[in-house]
Amino acid sequence: MNEYVIEIQNVTKSFGEKVVLNDISFNVKEGRIYGFIGPSGSGKTTLIKLIVGMDSPNKGAISLLGEKMPNLNILQRIGYMAQSDALYTALTGKENLMFFASLFKLNKTERQRRISYAAKLVNLTEDLNKKVSAYSGGMKRRLSLAIALIQNPQVLILDEPTVGIDPELRLSIWNELLRLKTEEGKTIIVTTHVMDEAEKCDYIAMLREGSLIATGTPGQLKEQYGVGALDEVFLHAGRKIL
Amino acid sequence: MRVVALIKRILIQIFRDKRTMALLFVAPLLVLTLMSLVFNGNTVSPVLGVSNDNEQLIEKLELADIEVKHYDNVFDIKEVIIDNNLDGFLLMDENQTSLTLLNDDLSIAKSLEMKVKQVINQQKLLQFIGASAAIPNEAVTQDLITTNYIYGTGETQLFDTFSPILVGFFVFFFVFLIAGIGLLNERTTGTLERLLATPIKRGEIVTGYILGYGLLALIQTVIIVLFSINVLDIVLVGSFWNVVLINIIIALVALSLGILLSSFASSEFQMLQFIPLVIVPQVFFSGIFSIEAMADWLQVLARFMPLYYASDALKGVMYKGLKLTDISYDLYILLAFAIVFIVLNVFALKKHRRI
Repeated sequence: MNEYVIEIQNVTKSFGEKVVLNDISFNVKEGRIYGFIGPSGSGKTTLIKLIVGMDSPNKGAISLLGEKMPNLNILQRIGYMAQSDALYTALTGKENLMFFASLFKLNKTERQRRISYAAKLVNLTEDLNKKVSAYSGGMKRRLSLAIALIQNPQVLILDEPTVGIDPELRLSIWNELLRLKTEEGKTIIVTTHVMDEAEKCDYIAMLREGSLIATGTPGQLKEQYGVGALDEVFLHAGRKIL
Repeated sequence: MRVVALIKRILIQIFRDKRTMALLFVAPLLVLTLMSLVFNGNTVSPVLGVSNDNEQLIEKLELADIEVKHYDNVFDIKEVIIDNNLDGFLLMDENQTSLTLLNDDLSIAKSLEMKVKQVINQQKLLQFIGASAAIPNEAVTQDLITTNYIYGTGETQLFDTFSPILVGFFVFFFVFLIAGIGLLNERTTGTLERLLATPIKRGEIVTGYILGYGLLALIQTVIIVLFSINVLDIVLVGSFWNVVLINIIIALVALSLGILLSSFASSEFQMLQFIPLVIVPQVFFSGIFSIEAMADWLQVLARFMPLYYASDALKGVMYKGLKLTDISYDLYILLAFAIVFIVLNVFALKKHRRI
């Protein structure tokens, strides 16, 4: 078994003339939380999409769990949460969970078990029979997270999971992510542009205009740049490159 | 001033959307051009078979713009007409004159009947006047000619020949729109992307869409056909189940085309823009207007329109009472359209996920 869960090697991606990701290399170890930090437009979502295999890089390669992406079978072991809530609003929360659960190889009892587990996890059990169109923004976000967890994936890839969520719920989502990491040994990648969330990650990769400007644990980065907070690291590292 | 701001914003939005602009200004011209081409077709001379080789009569008929062909020893008039693509057959012997009309295109049948009757009446009148002036005029014009119909009857209404086409058209139109907008919504709400982040295969998505919406189309078809026949009294000579089968195949083509074109639309509005581009031209070539009368290149164009085959098949079964084997050619072509569109769909999804 490979040492790394995700290997990103010299990945370059451009859309037409515009280079969105420039020679990115990065490895992800099992059982940790990785944060991709960067302002909007820095290429975070593109990188996520390449990792999930929705798109393929122009140069370089990405492998997940030892398999070169894009690879459909690997998707069975990845939980993905997109930036926007991609939910069927005419269906109830439960129907949404059922639908996505059926797309994965799960037997019937397991499916039922996972649905109630995921719903409980994000605190939606009581609202499961409501239509999603009646959900609040936070409830939709939580349902999206539940869907990402539905097939009990080894790797979770969450694109801005806490955007537009109130502080209390954000805290509970983070507590859940930390629990998933420590108790279930899951590997988690989150993108965010909120620095205090970055502090909770085990390892950080800072992206700016398609390039990795700094990587390391929050402590290492702060030490390296001799600053007290991560947002200062970001400013310093960014200055260096510009 | 707020109104001005609103006007300005609307104009900017429309100007930015090149497709909408093009539609607004170019699509009406396209449709109008098509209409003028379709309506200004040459009038084709009807083709009439005759059993009589009376040169004088043939000359008269030809003067009336009828293409006359002579056939000897005719036993089965229906067979002769269908095999030789005739619009009618005039049988004359000593004691009777009978005109058999194909009655496939009502306007051709009516004008042919009128012309033939005129010519025959003149002819007979002259003969009678020559033979005996004693016979009164009325008796001459009556019962001189009996008219038979291969399809329909003398009471056939224009709507009877149109209605099969309309049934097919509505199935096509609604299925096209609903399925197209369905996939479009999936794309704009991001659920398509979410879907593609699961191990589902692109082919499975297309199949799911085709079967899911196909089921709806099946129900719609049965309702439309039952209503048309039982409530609107539309002529149905052939089998009900064949009509349903044809409509299911039409729905399949519409479904796969709608889903395919939806990937070239970024909003429901843009999906609606396909109506004048894709749906309206098909109506012109569905057989409501005589295709034979169109310019040659337009007739070629008609062969690329699914509704052309759909109408032919539906009219065949509903009005002419043809069997499935008689229209199998149309069905194969329609199925070929559907297969091509379905395969293209699987490739079109590649835009959203490479694998």
